[in-house]
Amino acid sequence: MKRLILFVILLAAQPLHADSNLPPAYWANRQLPDANQEAKAEALMEELRCLVCQGQSIADSDAELAGDMRDLVRRRIAAGEKPSEIRAWLMQRYGTWISYKPTAEPAAWPLWLTPAALLAVGVFLIRRRIRTKARG
Amino acid sequence: MNRAIRFSPLVLLLIVIVALVWRLATPVDTNVSSKLEGKPVPAFDLVAGLPTKPGLRSADLASGEPRILNIFASWCVPCIGEVKVLQDLKARGVHIDGIAVRDRPGDIADFLARNGDPYERIGSDPQSQVQIALGSSGVPESFVVDGKGVIRYQHVGPIDVSDVPMILDKLEKAK
Repeated sequence: MKRLILFVILLAAQPLHADSNLPPAYWANRQLPDANQEAKAEALMEELRCLVCQGQSIADSDAELAGDMRDLVRRRIAAGEKPSEIRAWLMQRYGTWISYKPTAEPAAWPLWLTPAALLAVGVFLIRRRIRTKARG
Repeated sequence: MNRAIRFSPLVLLLIVIVALVWRLATPVDTNVSSKLEGKPVPAFDLVAGLPTKPGLRSADLASGEPRILNIFASWCVPCIGEVKVLQDLKARGVHIDGIAVRDRPGDIADFLARNGDPYERIGSDPQSQVQIALGSSGVPESFVVDGKGVIRYQHVGPIDVSDVPMILDKLEKAK
């Protein structure tokens, strides 16, 4: 009985919210009327990392700050700013961390070079195999 | 098959284990630091968060003296503890301005009435736009700004009692 009462009380419990009491920003969950602009904004939002739910994009995240960032992106796209300019503006503030798009900086070189290296290893293995077969 | 190839899986396994142990022992720092340290505060002009206090413009921060710019919110739990430490700093003569993120005047007033008020000015940032412009990723966060309005230090998370000497040192260096 005690357990049942506890269970019922827990059902009614409110989760502890770490969110504000203000509604989401205007453009947080609203599409731009211009489909072309909206497509540009969405492509950029997919590539910007959420500061709260790190690992999600701001397009996927339900965090309030992500909503405010979507609002910022849509507002600036609507004002005619290029996605690359908005990305650069954010990177000035948060570093390359904020963008999922790989850059050409030295830290990203292994990312670009690994496929080429793996391909080279594959070619080497196949060639060796063909040679041993031809000999045998 | 020669020896090196035969033992390569074991070597790979060892590498993986070493990598795992290393990452478990020193977890990744998930704090995102602002890249604006050493740069001027970006231009902004915020309306007052409270009817009884002035709002906050970026020009107010270039006051000739180092100041603390504190980003807080009435709905932020760690801010309750921090605001007491800020009052201690205020008592030592430190100038503190606040930016209230996603907040309402009534809530700010309640928060300050309950926990104390260290702020000279409070700007209201209802859609986190100035917070983002500052490269801040959450509440609370604080910036030490020198007399010319240049950001000299960013503190992610609450200023704890144990951080006070370090913050005073940063303010001294910003003179």
